[in-house]
Amino acid sequence: MFFTYLRRELRRRRKAALVVASGLALGIALVIVVSSVSSGMEKAQGKVLQSLYGLGTDMTVTKAAAAQSTSDRPRFNFDAKDSDSDKEQSSDRVMVQGFQTLASSTVSKVDAQKGVADSVGGLSLQVIRINGQFTRGQFKQDPNSGGGNRQGGPGAQQSPQGRVEGGGANFDVNNYSVYGTDVTKPALGPLTSSKITSGRTFKTSETNAKVVVADKSYAKEKKLKLGGTVTVKGVKFKIIGIATPDSGDAAANLYIPLQQAQTLSDSKNKVTTIYVKASDSQQIASVKSTIQKNISGTTVTTSADLADTVSGSLSTASNLASNVGKWLSIAVLVAAFLVAGLLTSSAVSRRVREFGTLKALGWKSGRVTRQVVGEAIVNGLVGGVLGIALGLAGAYVVTEISPSLTAEVASAGRGGPGGGGGGFGGPARQSASKALDVALTAPVSVNTIVIAVGLAVAGGLIAGAFGGWRASRLRPADALRRVE
Amino acid sequence: MYELRGVTKRYMRGKESINALAGIDLTIGDGDRLVIQGPTGGGKSTLLQMLGGLDRPTAGSVELDGVDMAKLSEAKLTKVRSENIGFVFQSFNLIPTLTAQENVETALVPLRVKAKERRERAAAALESVGLAERLGHLPAELSGGQQQRVAIARALVKQPKVLLADEPTGNLDESMRDEIMDVLEAMWKEHGLTFIMVTHDSAIAKKAPRLATIRKGKITVKENAGA
Repeated sequence: MFFTYLRRELRRRRKAALVVASGLALGIALVIVVSSVSSGMEKAQGKVLQSLYGLGTDMTVTKAAAAQSTSDRPRFNFDAKDSDSDKEQSSDRVMVQGFQTLASSTVSKVDAQKGVADSVGGLSLQVIRINGQFTRGQFKQDPNSGGGNRQGGPGAQQSPQGRVEGGGANFDVNNYSVYGTDVTKPALGPLTSSKITSGRTFKTSETNAKVVVADKSYAKEKKLKLGGTVTVKGVKFKIIGIATPDSGDAAANLYIPLQQAQTLSDSKNKVTTIYVKASDSQQIASVKSTIQKNISGTTVTTSADLADTVSGSLSTASNLASNVGKWLSIAVLVAAFLVAGLLTSSAVSRRVREFGTLKALGWKSGRVTRQVVGEAIVNGLVGGVLGIALGLAGAYVVTEISPSLTAEVASAGRGGPGGGGGGFGGPARQSASKALDVALTAPVSVNTIVIAVGLAVAGGLIAGAFGGWRASRLRPADALRRVE
Repeated sequence: MYELRGVTKRYMRGKESINALAGIDLTIGDGDRLVIQGPTGGGKSTLLQMLGGLDRPTAGSVELDGVDMAKLSEAKLTKVRSENIGFVFQSFNLIPTLTAQENVETALVPLRVKAKERRERAAAALESVGLAERLGHLPAELSGGQQQRVAIARALVKQPKVLLADEPTGNLDESMRDEIMDVLEAMWKEHGLTFIMVTHDSAIAKKAPRLATIRKGKITVKENAGA
C-alpha cells in the first residue's frame, strides 16, 4: 500500500513534484560541477607542482634563508685584446641556484626521520657562459695638436692631444640550468616529471659518469643530438637521453650525475634540495614539523605550501571555484531545500482531509508521516538523478572545452630547480617564476556522486520533515472539522 | 456498548467559549441503531467524534465496552478506531489517487492484513455494496452514490463493532439517498453492528428505532416503537 499510494500521489502531483525535484536538481548539479571543476583545478595544480617536484615527492627540504654575500655573485674577467685580434674569449660560471646549500649528510638525517619513506638530494646549478671578443680602443692623436704648436715658456711640457677610438666588446651570454641528480634513486626527484623519449636515463652505476640527459626543448634550441656532447665549464658530457616533461616546462635544461654537478660547482658533498616522500600522505604536515624540529636550519616546503604560490588564471579560477562556486552551491542548495520543504508542507495542508480520514481509519501518525516523508524522499531522489545527469553533462562540457589556464609558480626558494629561468646577481633566494599552461578538466569522482545522492536524500528528508511534522500534528477531529 | 456520562466539550472560538456538548448522558446498546438529529452547530458531529474516538471530551467519560476512551493514550485510541469503529462521512473522504479497491484496503492497513488478503477482502466488501465491477475505478470515475458505497465498504471491511455515519446522504440526491440508506440498513442487519448516524433528513429520522436530538449541547432520546 505504501508504494502504491506513493506512486499514485507522485503521479497526481507531477508538476509540484517536478518543481521540487528541479530545484534540488539544480543545487545538486551545481555541487557536482563545482566539485568536479575544483577537482580539475587540483589536478591542474598537481600537474604544475609535479613539473617542479617530480612524481612521488611530498615535500622538499632546503636551507633556511640567509643573507647573500656579495662575494657569492659571479664575476667575469676578460682581458681586452688588440683591436685587430679576432680571438674569442669565453668564461663559464657555475653557480648553485639560490646560493644556499645543505650538507649531503642532511639527506641521511632526513631519511632517518619518522614518517619519511624515502629521500634524495639534488643540486641545482645555474650556468652562465659568456663568449665573445673584447678589444682595446686605439688612441688617435689630434692632428692640430702637433709638436710644433707649442705654447708657453721654455721647459713647459705638453701632452699629446687626441682620443681613444674603437675597442669594446661583442659577446653572447648563454644561461642555462643544470640539475645534479642522485642516479642511485631514480624514482624520486625532478627528473621523474619528464619521460625519456629518446635514448636512456642514468644507470645507477653512473654516479660520477660524464653523461647528461638533455631536456627536449633545450636540446632542440641548442641542436643537441643523442650521442653528441655538451660542454659545461670545460667538461664534456655525453648526451645519453632526451627528456620530455609530462607537462609545462622542464625542471632543468640538463641533468647530470650529482657528483659531477658538485665538482663543477665546487660544492663537494653539498645539495640544494632534498626531495622527500612521506610514508603516509595523510601525515605530511607532521613529517614536515618533525623535520623542521629535528634538523635545524632547514626550510620544509610541502605541495600545499607550494600550491599557495600558484598565481595566474589557474589560481583565479581555483579561488573562484572554491569561494564563489562553493557559496553559490550552498545558497542554491539551501534555497532548494527550503522550497522543497515549503512545497511539501503546503501539499500536506492541501491534503488535510485525506490524512485526517486515514487517521480516523486507524492509521498511526507515524505511518502518515512515513508516507509524506517517503514521497519527499522520492522527489529528492528524482531531483538527485536529474541533478547528477545535469552535473555530469556540465562536467563533460567543461572537460570537452578544456579551457586553458595559466599558472605562475614562484619557485623562489621552494626547492624546485627552477627551470631555465632566473638570473644572477639577484636576491639571495632566487625569485624565478614559471608560467605553465594547463588544460582544465572536470573529473567527476565516485565520492562526488555519493555526495550528490546524499544531498538528494537529505533534501528529501528535510522536505519530508517539514511535511511530516505538519502531518503528525494533525488531529483527525480537527482535520475533518476543517472541511465540513 | 457505549456508556456516556457527563460528556462535556468546550472549545474556544476567538475569545468566546463554546459549549458544544453540555454534560451528555447516553447509553447505546450492542446492535442499536441510533439516529442523531438537531440544528446546525448543536453538537451532533462533536458527539459523533467523541463516540468515534476522534476527539476527547473536556469532562466526562465515553466508555466503549467498559473502556473509557477519554483516558486512553493516542496510540491505544488509534487502535480502538482501527479495530472497532467504521466511519462514513458526508463528503465520502475517499483518497482521490487510489482505486475503489485500494481505498477500501486502507482500512485494513492498520490491522497489518497481508496484501493478498487485503485485496480479497476489499473486493468482497465492494461486491457486497454492489460495486464488483468498479474495483479499479478512481473516485473521480464514480458517481456520488457509488463513492459513498465505496466509503461504506471501507467502513465495514474490517468488520467493526460500530458504524458511525455523519450525514452519509447529505451530498446525494433523493434516489441515491434511498439507495445508500438501503445499503446501510442491510449492512446493519447483516453484520449486527451498532449503527449511529447523524442526519438532517427527517424522512430517515422517522424510520430510526431510537432518535436522539441535540440542541445547544443537550440531548434528548426518544424511542420509536413504530420503526
